[in-house]
Amino acid sequence: MRRLERPARRPEPLQPPSHALDPIDDNSGACSVPRGGGWRPGARWARDGALRDDKVSQAQIDALPAHQRPTMREMGRRSEHADHPFRSMPADDGSRSPPPPPATSVPPRLTWADLCGTPTVLVMRTGQRDVITAACPVAISLGLHPGMAAAHARALVADLEVRDADPDGDKAWLDRLALHAVGHWTPTAASSGQDGLWLDLSGSSHLFGGEERFCRRLLRFLARLGFSARIAVAGAPGAAHALARYGREAITLVKPGQEAEAIASLPLAALRLQPHTLEAASRFGLERISDLYSMPRGPLARRLGLNTVTRLDQARGIVAEPVVPVIPFERPIAQRRLLEPIGTADAIILVIGDLVDDLVAELQERMLGLRAALLTCLVVDGSEQRIGIGTARASRDAKHLKRMLTMRVDRIDPGLGIEVMTLSAQRVEDLQPEAMRADLGTGDRAADLAPLIDQLTGRIDSQGLFRMGLKESDVPERATRRLEPLASPTGWPGWKRPARLLAKPELLDRVVALLPDHPPRRFVWRNTAYRVISGEGPERIHGEWWRSAREMWAVRDYFMVEAHTGERFWLFRRGDGVQTDTGDLSWYLHGLFG
Amino acid sequence: MPQPAALPAVSRKKLATLRAELAGVRSLRGPVLPFDVPMLDNRMAAGGIDGAGLHEIAAASSRLGDDAAASLFAAGIAARFARKPGFTVLWALSRFDLYAPGLEQVGLGPSQLLYAQGKNDQEVLAVTEDALRDGSLACVIAEVKAADMTATRRLQLAASDGKTPMLLYRRHRSRDQCPLTTNSSAMTRWRIGCVPSLPLPHPGVGRPRWSVELVRQRGGNPFSLDLDSCDDKGCLAHPSLSVDRAIASAGKTSQAA
Repeated sequence: MRRLERPARRPEPLQPPSHALDPIDDNSGACSVPRGGGWRPGARWARDGALRDDKVSQAQIDALPAHQRPTMREMGRRSEHADHPFRSMPADDGSRSPPPPPATSVPPRLTWADLCGTPTVLVMRTGQRDVITAACPVAISLGLHPGMAAAHARALVADLEVRDADPDGDKAWLDRLALHAVGHWTPTAASSGQDGLWLDLSGSSHLFGGEERFCRRLLRFLARLGFSARIAVAGAPGAAHALARYGREAITLVKPGQEAEAIASLPLAALRLQPHTLEAASRFGLERISDLYSMPRGPLARRLGLNTVTRLDQARGIVAEPVVPVIPFERPIAQRRLLEPIGTADAIILVIGDLVDDLVAELQERMLGLRAALLTCLVVDGSEQRIGIGTARASRDAKHLKRMLTMRVDRIDPGLGIEVMTLSAQRVEDLQPEAMRADLGTGDRAADLAPLIDQLTGRIDSQGLFRMGLKESDVPERATRRLEPLASPTGWPGWKRPARLLAKPELLDRVVALLPDHPPRRFVWRNTAYRVISGEGPERIHGEWWRSAREMWAVRDYFMVEAHTGERFWLFRRGDGVQTDTGDLSWYLHGLFG
Repeated sequence: MPQPAALPAVSRKKLATLRAELAGVRSLRGPVLPFDVPMLDNRMAAGGIDGAGLHEIAAASSRLGDDAAASLFAAGIAARFARKPGFTVLWALSRFDLYAPGLEQVGLGPSQLLYAQGKNDQEVLAVTEDALRDGSLACVIAEVKAADMTATRRLQLAASDGKTPMLLYRRHRSRDQCPLTTNSSAMTRWRIGCVPSLPLPHPGVGRPRWSVELVRQRGGNPFSLDLDSCDDKGCLAHPSLSVDRAIASAGKTSQAA
């Protein structure tokens, strides 16, 4: 779906991007009605849709048995050309007797061809209104343009397809395209603004048969991905930027030295000027770029700012404008091809040691730390054996990594022998040197636990290592939660709590207690009778009514009691002993103090 | 250890060399953590808990109250080992029923305690040994049901290699058999049980009291004491003599009642 929407915003993969608004048409913003017709655009469009519906449904009606055909009243006066403009809209209850026309029925899969017939715009929330950020060609031909309020557009076009813009997704696509360009076309590529790409073709276009063939190939590539694009090739980035966004052809090739003529007729907005500069220029009556050529530079800089002069020079190629290329991230990887296949654990451990040394050297150079690594062993018969390791904190400690891999050597099945071993860093993080403390490491300081945690994770599963932390709840069994092993949780309030808590409170028998707020005198638990010497309480804990309705009025009264044997129990009684709806006054044992 | 007055057979020189050897052996051990209870420390051969050895702790009976007391005894020792900020205690177990807020009340806060839950005793012992050899922990506690001579020997060696104290908590397997009857190479073996505490002059529950029994120790004699339980720093306390007298009478009256 997203992929289909993207063409609607027409990003321009070579240099820059364009706003879907045709900038040459000065008038387009002034009047939203297409010229040369008396119809409101919405009405005209709706009428067209209605006509198309009729053509389709006529054949279907004829195919029906006579008794199922709709009556003349339902079909209306079918011979008349101008149907009611709202007739083509789908009925609210969906119970019209003729099958819904194809234009309004939902196809099993939305294709670009379907969307082409429907005016589609993307909107984004700006302040208190939705503003159109991009419009498809059909929508533009109906007079919609970016910058218009979505409510206005909906009023103009009856069944407008309105979707939310996804700038982050578009940016991600552009970045992916830039990375692809670095890998396939030219070493210098970068994304340009929200909707364009810079490609530096110097010295690389001949690899693809010249600039023009390259551009055509690029267009085909993008069309396969579902993008429409406009490409401009010029000697100066500024000129290419302007022509790709404001030119008319899909491919514009500017001969060297001709940038000034090529962009002369473009509007001033093509120069990437600030909005207030454009406003000032329009007050002076400057509309085209060529208007600036004849002006003396001093007054131009004073009136429109020095930035304008710089942009003009950049577009004409007088001032250089560097493009900062994206640099694809290369995963640190180490590989050893073995002369003879190996199969013993000692040999594998030896190779692992070499691989880790290689990888750590690379990580050290790039100041990276390893979080996850994958060791791939290619066996002679072509199968692969893989083992993965993960670290609790970014690390490039060779000894530690070797030990973690060695612990898992027994999981490798060498079969007939291993030919190639590859160690690749699947996840890395930045790992910079840390400042040593003032005691120069001689002080009595707690050691780092991360290596130990990695090692223990190899023994038990990773869920088995945890810390207990505070969860904000008064109900004892809900007051704790498991945290990451490297977390540093805070403590609990200082109420008396037992050392061990039963998984489920156990019901007590034959409890003798004074109501409402005395600990029991005696009770029987697990077939043993206990006589209570002393007790403390109650500590009243209310149910959490926001969790379930049953806890609405529930109350537990907790008591700490000491039995005649010296054992200390944590008991509770359901209910406060006064109100009957707080509990049934049954007694439970919940935990044990030491 | 009080020196006997008459030792004519052993020359002073020989005694000095023996003492020097002993000091050499002791320096190999980790630091000794005293209990700060003179009656307890004086009777222990090392003067406290050896910081690089294996110590076994078990409940005096299979009742869960004694079990909780023994857990808190271990937690208190670990809390005193991990008293400096940043130090961590590992608690390895196979069945998790500890309640962390309760452990915090003997000084073992949640940021100092890391749990490792294994599927069975073998996993718990393997994790424990790794953690001991790593040497970056302040103390390691492991809860197991069974640990034979080989396992305890391995733990003892790992503890002395990593200079980390090891507290092996032995759970009761059957109702009547004490888990400390089997052989072990632990430095000390403790048996902890609850005893009735001193009644307060006002309604309420006083400080718990434990019977602390040192079943076996290397180079010393077993003994038994009744002590006040760990406070919020993990320190035991000895009830004063007057309190001792009071508790005897209190125990009689409560039994008579």
